[in-house]
Amino acid sequence: MQKKSKALLGLASAFVMSSALPNLAKADQLTLCWAAWDPANALVELSKDFTAKTGTEMKFEFVPWTSYADRFLNELNSHGKLCDLIIGDSQWIGGSAENGHYVKLNDFFDKEGIKMDDFVPATVVGYSEWPKNTPNYWALPAMGDVVGWTYRKDWFERPELQKEFKEKYGRELAAPKTYDELKQIAEFFQKREIDGKTVYGASIYTERGSEGITMGVTNVLYDWGFQYDNPDKPYEMEGFVNSPDAVKGLEFYKALYDCCTPPGSSNVYMVESADAFKSGQVAMQMNFAFTWPGLYKDEKVGGDKIGFFPNPAEKKHFAQLGGQGISVVSYSDKKDAALQYIKWFAQPDVQAKWWQLGGYSCLKSVVNAPDFASSQPYAQAFLDSMAIVKDFWAEPSYATLLQDMQKRVHNYVVAGNGTAQEALDGLVKDWTEVFKDDGKI
Amino acid sequence: MNISSSSMVEKAADATARATPTPVARRVRGLSDRAIAWVFIAPTIILLLAINIFPLIWAIYLSFTNYRANRPNAPVQNVGLGNYERVLTDPDIWQAMQTTAHFVFWTILLQTVIGFTLAYLIDRKFRGHAFWTTLILIPMMLSPAVVGNFWRFLYEPQIGLFAYAVSLVTGIPTADIQMLGSVSLAPWAIIIVDTWMWTPYVMLICLAGLRSIPDYIYEAAEVDRASAWRQFWSITVPMALPFIMLAVLFRGIENFKMFDMVTLLTGGGPGSTTEVASITLKRAAFESWATGRASAFAIVLFVAVFGLANIYVKALNKVKQR
Repeated sequence: MQKKSKALLGLASAFVMSSALPNLAKADQLTLCWAAWDPANALVELSKDFTAKTGTEMKFEFVPWTSYADRFLNELNSHGKLCDLIIGDSQWIGGSAENGHYVKLNDFFDKEGIKMDDFVPATVVGYSEWPKNTPNYWALPAMGDVVGWTYRKDWFERPELQKEFKEKYGRELAAPKTYDELKQIAEFFQKREIDGKTVYGASIYTERGSEGITMGVTNVLYDWGFQYDNPDKPYEMEGFVNSPDAVKGLEFYKALYDCCTPPGSSNVYMVESADAFKSGQVAMQMNFAFTWPGLYKDEKVGGDKIGFFPNPAEKKHFAQLGGQGISVVSYSDKKDAALQYIKWFAQPDVQAKWWQLGGYSCLKSVVNAPDFASSQPYAQAFLDSMAIVKDFWAEPSYATLLQDMQKRVHNYVVAGNGTAQEALDGLVKDWTEVFKDDGKI
Repeated sequence: MNISSSSMVEKAADATARATPTPVARRVRGLSDRAIAWVFIAPTIILLLAINIFPLIWAIYLSFTNYRANRPNAPVQNVGLGNYERVLTDPDIWQAMQTTAHFVFWTILLQTVIGFTLAYLIDRKFRGHAFWTTLILIPMMLSPAVVGNFWRFLYEPQIGLFAYAVSLVTGIPTADIQMLGSVSLAPWAIIIVDTWMWTPYVMLICLAGLRSIPDYIYEAAEVDRASAWRQFWSITVPMALPFIMLAVLFRGIENFKMFDMVTLLTGGGPGSTTEVASITLKRAAFESWATGRASAFAIVLFVAVFGLANIYVKALNKVKQR
């Protein structure tokens, strides 16, 4: 080759390399945003396989739960480019879809052969769809979660306590199936001396600042027949939110708070509830399923000492949905690489490993596998719980709806102001105003 | 400076003048003192306009619209005085304003009384007073986040020292001393923490006031056989009053904005018992994203604080001129 041709080829190569470099750099690293909690650590471990396979380094932006919504909703609202992928809360889906924060995934799913039928239906509705129950997908179900219960199996199994309980209530001291049974057990343990220490009945959600008491109260209200609106006429809430049954459910929650929680339980959410259980204060604990692997591993209360049960039933049988889906942020410069991560994450073997590492897979092939129920002591309770989930409003105005409920129920349950009927009537009034502002009624 | 060094300076000045291009020199020489002053303060003024005045004007504009920061693509409509009407007729907002006024009143009263008393005692210059001054100042130096969490544990009915101490004195079981969960006690729990943290600040200002009183005034009073009580009311209090009023002004403005402590201790609860105006504003602006309405609320708060502070500063000036 002549010198001139070589020089030209060199220049051309340099040009091609220089124009290709920015694209390579873009796919070099992806940032995934989520809450800072145990499953996030499992995801870091899992994502090493993605990096090994594609060469794309994963960077993680994890924020504590207390500032998770503030931080990332601010990021999305300001069209920030920090997150390429986000594991956003289930309630965000409506707002994020309508405001264009998330990439719609239908075409991508079709192209890559990712079928939503392969995922647990409740998680698809809860984490992926907007509008609900329509085939419009904005996220891939990533972390299944639900409110359930843990109990001190070792205390329940003590012969003297079993005997005393049976004499008093005429049945075995075992994980409750109904809320009435749960309250009886809680009353039985309240202020009881066990191993020289005063213990209490149950830890339930009462937190005021973010979403705590709403998650706890709805978890109970659903079982009494509370509904967000008329199934035949959306946004008609009178007689549904404040139905006589819903009122009874709220009265029950207050009664449970008054009779059977440890002193100082006026602002309890996930961490405080887990702490109450870990410190041996309570016989039972309401908490999201994500806490179960950590509690099972706990030296003091885990192993043989802990048992798990799904939300008890009353007239109906539901549990409050938690968990999140994974979405591609529409303001990201690396959308293609982010989609590749979702494609990788959706694979059955990756999902199986996700479950092994401590994440809660929503893929049917994982949760319906014959050995799934026996794979972990809490697996069956998780399966049973996921079968009965119901979620809070996922409307774009969910945050306002949540604040209204926080205020109304905390005022009644913890502060003891007014009646349950007044609290729920007030809630209907607040929510009606929100939907009027939104132009939905 | 000796003659040789002075001539060297003159030579250097001449050399600099010769080296300076004529147009530049002329331009600089042409600037008046006023123009040079403007050149120096312009960056600060521009910065202040950008970060203070512009957001204020923008917030005033937004307060007349239905703008929502989380829906930037939605059409923005002028709603006239609608947002102000909603804010001023919202019972929750009036409740929050009442709660705020309650906090401001009690925290200022307690901090002023205790702060001035401490300053008066420290001013006696007893043995080890420097050590006690440093010790008293420690709470003020801590971060509110640390203080909030620290007191949350102290208030814990089962393991908290506060409940234990109260139980020891009163005989009430610790489980019944629910400082953060009781509607009647929660506001006082926050007032106690704020007083604990910020009384040293008031003490410092009062101490400066007390130390500014010349000794000869007390000596003259002694000659006139004025009693200690008379000296206190006729000399100490009037002469320290401008400083006390300044401390009240600073604490009043700060406590009107109280947010972090309440969030950490009660999150606004139980119910809405401790929900102060700043928490209501934050919820409207950054949780509900009702930006227009939140702007109207912020303007109402601004006018209230600005108006009250103005009246107060006028009173302060009158006291100073006495």
